[in-house]
Order: sequence, then C-alpha cells, then structure tokens
Amino acid sequence: MQTTLKIVANEDKLRAYLPRELDHHAARPIREVLDRRLFEEKPTVLILDFSGVEFMDSSAIALIIGRASACESLGAAVILTGLSEHQKKLVRLSGALRTKNVSITEV
Amino acid sequence: MKRIINEMKLRLIARGENESVCRAIISAFVAELNPTVEELCDIRCAVSEAVTNCVVHAYPDRGGERRDYIYISVRLYDTREVSVEISDRGVGIENVELARQPSYTTGEASERCGMGFLVMESFTDAMTVKSKPGRGTTVLLKKILKP
Ligand SMILES: Nc1ncnc2c1ncn2[C@@H]1O[C@H](COP(=O)(O)OP(=O)(O)OP(=O)(O)O)[C@@H](O)[C@H]1O
Ligand SMILES: [Mg+2]
Repeated sequence: MQTTLKIVANEDKLRAYLPRELDHHAARPIREVLDRRLFEEKPTVLILDFSGVEFMDSSAIALIIGRASACESLGAAVILTGLSEHQKKLVRLSGALRTKNVSITEV
Repeated sequence: MKRIINEMKLRLIARGENESVCRAIISAFVAELNPTVEELCDIRCAVSEAVTNCVVHAYPDRGGERRDYIYISVRLYDTREVSVEISDRGVGIENVELARQPSYTTGEASERCGMGFLVMESFTDAMTVKSKPGRGTTVLLKKILKP
C-alpha cells in the first residue's frame, strides 16, 4: 500500500497516486509537489487516483478544489478516480464537483 | 435511561501528527459496538475534522508548543450512541453561526475549504459547537449506530 505520493506522467496526462492517509498533515507536501509538476509539465489532464487512499477528510477536498483552479488556468481537466463510496459521499457533499473542470470516473 | 458502557479521556498536543493518532484510538475504542464500515468512516471523518480544527485554528502563531492541547472525551452508551467531545483552550470563535456556514473559512485559501463543520454535521446525528473568544472551543458529536 502506497504511503507516499507517486506521480506518473504519460504523454499529456499526469496521474497522481495519492497516499493512504489524506488529512491536513499529509495534504500540505502533496499540494506543493503537485503544483510544481503541474506548472512544469502543463498536462491537459490531471488524474487524481484515490484507489490507495484509506482515509481522507475535508483537507482532501481543499486539495481537489485547489488543484482544479490551478488546472483551470492551464486549461486542464481534473479527473478523480478510485474513490470509495464514502469518499464519493464526501466529495459530493463538498460541492467539489460543481467546479467546472472536475469529474469522477470509475476506472 | 441510557447507561454508559465505556468512557475514555485523552489529552494530546495540538499537532498535525496527532490527527491520525486520534482516529486510530477512537476507531479501536468504538470497535466493541461493531459499527458498520460506513459508520466507522463517518466517525473517523467527523472526528478528524474537529481535531484538525484544533490543530489549524485554535492556537495560531504558537506552532504546536507544549501547552497547546486537544482534549477528547469519548463515551459509548448501551443505546449504541457514541459521543465524542473535542475541545481546545485556544482563541475561540467569535461568531459560531457564521463559522458553521459551508465555505466559510479564515484559513489559507489554498489549504482549507470551509467544509469541516458541514462534514461533522452531515456525518453524525448531532453536532453542537460552543465557543468563547479567548477561552476555547468545544465540539460535541453524537452518532447513533444502527442496531
Ligand atoms: N477549534 C477552533 N478554534 C478556533 N477557530 C475555529 C475552530 N474550529 C473552527 N474554527 C473557525 O471556524 C471556521 C470554519 O471551520 P471549518 O472546519 O468548517 O472550515 P476550515 O477549517 O476553515 O476548512 P476545512 O475544514 O474545510 O479545511 C474556521 O476557518 C475557523 O475560523
Ligand atoms: Mg476545518
């Protein structure tokens, strides 16, 4: 199980495998690394992969919304994948999906 | 009359590392009531929000010094009620009504989204917030587990 962030670039896609615990304490360094890679590589799609995330709270929501606005300025889309049912509940509750360029996929 | 079947009090230094510590301890403590996976996720998430608020907001400019504590008390009742009280003796909240509004945050925009109270309220059966500026904040969360 993933305890640290892993980012894989594939053509114009950037895929971030998020770590097991995504709370306030864990989110800070992730945000910094992600933003740096976003602006270096200017992908058209950022895939946030939650399949290894066992815990997340509203700190993860701020991470999603923040990256979505960074991506918007790059013209990139944000795709959330691998969310558990509970995590989907949290994402829906927060209104993060109302952000134009954010969507959920099952794959 | 509901009866207490177990009770625990914790005092932890208000630092980020203790967010996962609190979740782990509370998960272990409520295990005897056999919560569903969903109920346990709800409790862990709600507690994490309250604890994170103590870490992030209660003690500004002090960077987790030794006297900055989070006080947690957990009770299990024979009615399958779990009650978790999370307090700090930090700066308090001027206007609780306003602070509870979704998207309201005094935190750093890149880091917070003002959803903590909404999550606590949505993932539990009852939430009460008491706060006094300069004295601190207490959040009481109640979750009633399915029979
Ligand atoms: N323990 C506390 N001490 C002082 N102020 C608090 C405390 N808890 C919450 N607040 C105030 O209430 C506001 C709203 O809290 P809430 O948890 O809903 O959002 P947030 O912490 O700002 O963002 P998020 O939880 O989404 O990351 C905070 O921005 C802060 O001003
Ligand atoms: Mg909060």
